[in-house]
Amino acid sequence: MHNLMKKFALLSFLLSSSSVFAAGGAVADEFKWMTFAVFGCIIAITMAITFWAARSTHSTSEFYAAGRSVSGIQNGWAIAGDYLSAASFLGIAGLISLYGYDGFMYSVGWLVAYITVLLVIAEPCRNIGKYTMGDILAFRNDPKKTKVVAALSTITVSTFYLTAQMVGGGVLIKTLIGIDYEISVIGVGILMLTYVVFGGMKATTWVQITKAVLLVMASLLLVAMVWAPYGFSLPDYLQAVVGDADVQKQVAKLLGDKSANMTPAELGQRFLEPGLFLKNPVDQISLGMALVLGTAGMPHILMRFFTVPTAQAARVSVIWAMGIIGGFYVLTLFLGTGAAMLVGAAKISSIDAGGNMAGPLLAQFLGGGENSMMGNFFLAFVAAVAFATIVAVVAGLVLASASAMAHDIYVGVIRGDKATPKEQVVAARVSSVIVGIIAIVVGIMAKGQNVAHLVALAFAVAASSNLPAVFLTLYWKKCNTTGIIGGMLVGSLTAIGLVMISPNMTYPLAVTKAANKVLEGEPATVAKEAVPEKISSGFMCELFAMDGCQKAEPAKAAEAAKPAKPGTREKLLVLKAKLETVADATEKATLTAEMAKVQTANDKAEADLKKVEGQTTSIMGLEKPFFLLKNPGLISIPLGFLMVILGSLFTRDKRAEDMWDELYVRQNTGINAEQASVH
Amino acid sequence: MSKTNDINWAAIDADPRFQALHRKKTLFLWGLMIFSTIYYFLLPIGAAYFQDLFKVKVWGVVNVGILFALSEFVVAWGIAVWYSIKANGQFDAMAQAIINDQK
Repeated sequence: MHNLMKKFALLSFLLSSSSVFAAGGAVADEFKWMTFAVFGCIIAITMAITFWAARSTHSTSEFYAAGRSVSGIQNGWAIAGDYLSAASFLGIAGLISLYGYDGFMYSVGWLVAYITVLLVIAEPCRNIGKYTMGDILAFRNDPKKTKVVAALSTITVSTFYLTAQMVGGGVLIKTLIGIDYEISVIGVGILMLTYVVFGGMKATTWVQITKAVLLVMASLLLVAMVWAPYGFSLPDYLQAVVGDADVQKQVAKLLGDKSANMTPAELGQRFLEPGLFLKNPVDQISLGMALVLGTAGMPHILMRFFTVPTAQAARVSVIWAMGIIGGFYVLTLFLGTGAAMLVGAAKISSIDAGGNMAGPLLAQFLGGGENSMMGNFFLAFVAAVAFATIVAVVAGLVLASASAMAHDIYVGVIRGDKATPKEQVVAARVSSVIVGIIAIVVGIMAKGQNVAHLVALAFAVAASSNLPAVFLTLYWKKCNTTGIIGGMLVGSLTAIGLVMISPNMTYPLAVTKAANKVLEGEPATVAKEAVPEKISSGFMCELFAMDGCQKAEPAKAAEAAKPAKPGTREKLLVLKAKLETVADATEKATLTAEMAKVQTANDKAEADLKKVEGQTTSIMGLEKPFFLLKNPGLISIPLGFLMVILGSLFTRDKRAEDMWDELYVRQNTGINAEQASVH
Repeated sequence: MSKTNDINWAAIDADPRFQALHRKKTLFLWGLMIFSTIYYFLLPIGAAYFQDLFKVKVWGVVNVGILFALSEFVVAWGIAVWYSIKANGQFDAMAQAIINDQK
């Protein structure tokens, strides 16, 4: 009864928060009630799920693993719901809408990652594991030591990912409907805590399934609307995309001077060719490695395999997940190009520079546009799906870190596996609350911070630390405790260290330069002669900014002299003067609108300048990045594997050797695997 | 769950049927893993170093690059289906024969 009242209080709090929203956001004020109505519906559904799930969440197996009663198909949908974060569902459509082919290429790795999960991780983990990654590692290695390291790694990876989700979610909700950042973060936090604390894994699973179903339905509908006018023909549709003036304009903008001699048809076709966004192939391979190996090491994904009754069900769930996730990414090709054609890159990036609003704006357009009822209903629906996405992903992450904290550290290490069942459940719930509160606090503290590197970091740490440890424990006879601990520490610390000195961090000098360019404009330049291609002075020089290094650079064509470009400060003065002399009302309105645009750019640059005022170096004391890739995987993943191997070869561990036969037989046959609890 | 102690794991491990399962699975999984990894990394490598090939139009405006990216999805799904057919049909049955003897 008490629980119920709490939930009601929360619900009314969230709904009444509509009165707290600041003006702004993609949804016009007069249509905001609709957004809140859709939000309310989704919150009500998830609350009903939680209420239902809470009635059968009593034991540890029920709390962490939904009693191992989730079917393969259900788990497949839940994995998709857990994995398709707002970054991937709004972000990739956005990248495609702004950069065409490169955005689509970027999405491929997110699906290919599941081949590793399917072939080497899912079934063995189901057969060996209980609730956490620590359980798998502790099977043959020293239980206490490996559980501590596994839990630390789990909490690190989840916290990075969680912070990125919280900050991204807060910004997203603010951009969409104008709710204050802090309120969104607290709202997401409280909702997610309610699911996890009361409903455990069962509620989390069904919230994720609900979200995945909504997401797929919304995307299918939008894609059908975009594609139907072309009779569902791929060449006809893409022909329309490359023939679109907005698309051609965007390509011309991206190519800059290089586009001078290109015909409109060539410009449009360029949108379907690589190289508009991803310019460094070494970096892409590094990212690819982190994705392909990191997904299989993500604690919240691993944990999903403990919820099904058998290894066969785990197999079915990955196959379903691959179908849903892959199908979704194919749909984003249409969502992205559709938005590029129908909404236009200029409008998309004016609301969010990263393109995150491409999907929502496309929905608004297809419903009938900015001022129509249907258009805003569509927008509201997509916004609500985005909200459900954040909550579902965050709930999975909190559950993963809470299980590491409660099951590995408290029950496994502190209580030496002697805790009573009741004590274990209490520990699980208390840990969830602790992790949830930390997530909210960190989310609020990180407001306005650059969190782009955190997702890359989470995948890199998972790939360099968790995956080598789990993989070699499962498949290599000689693997032992020393190797695992050494590999996990070196892998994760290398990944974190490299990201700290990578281009992902904020470098005040670069920020100042960019902001000043906006404010002061660019001076006139004289004609430049063509520069021949520069040859790299070695592979290490592609990775690190060392003295005497020359990075490979393509040849540059000759450039004509360019006149000076005025900055926003000067433009504002000119516009203001003009405004005073103009009498015509329509002309006045155009000028005012233009002034508002320039003012926004001006304010942003001023704010950027202010943020880095007086600083010349990044947090690490660097003026510019020393490590030149955005993704550390290329170095940290091999290093993680190498350390596990070396550590294992140079030490002996009797238990690890003795347990090998049992582990290998069990992971292949499923004998003595944890059973589903009987209701 | 005290069954753990009654099972002679080393004996199962040495069982020729288990060894056969181990060999078949290892070969199959490594083969698929290596193939899928190479096929995946061909995409960024092709996009960076074989742009002229990726730009060749083959189906209206649809070029090699787009078809290759789409083929990545088809290959991933193909691997998933192939693995599940093989595992459902062969590996599960081989494992079941070993499990049955333990009961």
